[in-house]
Amino acid sequence: MSFYDKYITYHDFDFDGFFGRVTDGDVQRALNKDYLNELDYLALLSPTAEKHLEQMAVKAQQLTIRNFGKVIFLFAPLYLSNYCTNRCVYCGFNVTNDIRRGKLTLDEVAQEAEAISCTGIRHILILTGESRKDSPVSYIKDCVNVLKRYFPSISIEVYPLDEQEYAELVEAGVDGFTMFQEVYNEKLYPELHLGGPKRNYRYRLDAPERACRANMRTVNIGALLGLDEWRRESFFTGLHADYLQDHYPDIEIAVSFPRIKPSAGCFRPKCQVNDKNLVQAILALRLFMPRAGITISTRESAKMRDNLIGLGVTRMSAGSSTAVGGYSHKSKSSVQFDISDERSVEEIKNLIYSKGYQPVFKNWHPI
Amino acid sequence: MEDSLVIGGRELRSRLFIGTGKFSSNRIIPEVVKSAEVQVVTVALRRIDFESKDENLVQYIPDDCIIMPNTSGARNADEAVRIARLARAAGCGNWIKIEIVTDNRYLLPDNMETIKATEMLAKEGFVVLPYMSPDLMAAKRLRDAGAAAVMPLGAPIGTNRGLRTRELVKILINEIDLPIIVDAGLGKPSEAAEAMELGAAAVLVNTAVATAGDPVQMAKAFNLAVKAGRLAYLAGTGAVKEYAEASSPLTGFLSDNA
Repeated sequence: MSFYDKYITYHDFDFDGFFGRVTDGDVQRALNKDYLNELDYLALLSPTAEKHLEQMAVKAQQLTIRNFGKVIFLFAPLYLSNYCTNRCVYCGFNVTNDIRRGKLTLDEVAQEAEAISCTGIRHILILTGESRKDSPVSYIKDCVNVLKRYFPSISIEVYPLDEQEYAELVEAGVDGFTMFQEVYNEKLYPELHLGGPKRNYRYRLDAPERACRANMRTVNIGALLGLDEWRRESFFTGLHADYLQDHYPDIEIAVSFPRIKPSAGCFRPKCQVNDKNLVQAILALRLFMPRAGITISTRESAKMRDNLIGLGVTRMSAGSSTAVGGYSHKSKSSVQFDISDERSVEEIKNLIYSKGYQPVFKNWHPI
Repeated sequence: MEDSLVIGGRELRSRLFIGTGKFSSNRIIPEVVKSAEVQVVTVALRRIDFESKDENLVQYIPDDCIIMPNTSGARNADEAVRIARLARAAGCGNWIKIEIVTDNRYLLPDNMETIKATEMLAKEGFVVLPYMSPDLMAAKRLRDAGAAAVMPLGAPIGTNRGLRTRELVKILINEIDLPIIVDAGLGKPSEAAEAMELGAAAVLVNTAVATAGDPVQMAKAFNLAVKAGRLAYLAGTGAVKEYAEASSPLTGFLSDNA
């Protein structure tokens, strides 16, 4: 069993037809339920549901506060390397892009860790480009061993690995996993991933499940919104999250909502995802999965992030740099994408307090 | 009349315990503790940052309170035991609230793993307070495993639905000779009073206080409700007649020729 088996049950589903038939009553019924089914969720993602956004927001806020409290968990990304062998048309690290490439030495990892931990951050998300040659699992493990001295919680966002490799990283001290399928639309996927190992749709799609089997504590998935029609992509992301929660109930499942950002190269997204669309996607997921973590990165603007606090979001990155070596002021590479919220950790912390929420830096302790 | 609760050799005057995980700021915790007059405060070990001066949750808990670390995040008995040992080694005392959740959709506790952890930790000298789904057999096994109290849920955690497990909790109160502390699900002071009237030894509240518009006032309201509920229990609530009395008693024929 794989999420793919679930995904293909919607191969012939007439999304446009369904959206055309959704009534205000359908949306209202979904809003009144405690436990939503898949089609309730899809109704909340429909154009019809846009008229009910305020009601969705009120319920999403209540559910989030009841389940998570008035808290926002903070983390920071750390780019270890941006060497990449893939040709993803939308990504700044695309192998054909003529950009500065770099990889941190273990000493540099320690310097970056020092700089980040001084800001109060206790949860680190480490990232690499997809190059097994330049950043093999052994290198990631070595970095984890350095980072353990600074951070009680370490997550990875790296190329897809085998279950055994994930297990090795868990053994080394990694407790969280993040991977974006980028686009769930299987037909569109090869058009956006022109070369490299990432062309293997199924291997990537099943990676979160392999991470669950390897006993990661937190598994965070997402679709890069804008690559395809966002309502369907959000729906499949939610279905994927729900599938993982069903099959691996002891694992904390989280969902990110990255919107495509300008980067090196001249990619123009196929679909526009405006602020209202993004909010609808987040609210619908919250109503469908009241216990799921929802992550918002610094891809979003300061203003947008400020407004999203209280609408279902539970985790935010802060003080981020998307360049290799970007924290200790010795940047060795170009950035993966331009961040929009450039505020410091201290500023984000104060902002969260001003919204009536508590910024939480530590939410796990190695045992 | 002195009415104290004794757990793990400690005499408690307050029958309201509070959780700390959901407040908008830790700075409010001392005021909440004061207004709730609580003596037992639970904290998730996972949240305690022993290396941070600003963000260390424990520093906001008054010294005269008993810190009851909980094993939030544990997915099996082994993890709960390791968290408990870490908490004790970090100076958090020997009280431990066992929380083992293998179901992240509803956050319901895993009674079987909880029983295993209780047995191991009680043997190691911990004062063990297990959070559980109210099941009589599981509660008996927790008692036999050495639990100092049993903490059944009133409703799924964070739902604020009230004492939905009333009938099952009532059975635990009748059958288990340990303090029964209703934990999770109580959304309003009246629901805490209801649990106390029923004979619960204490209640633990987090969400309802932490997410209230004014947590300090809500803490006070829970404090008063718990006291009122306890008083009512001790006073013996009047019998509630469930059936009307027939004008011609059904057993009237017995009285004349007794």
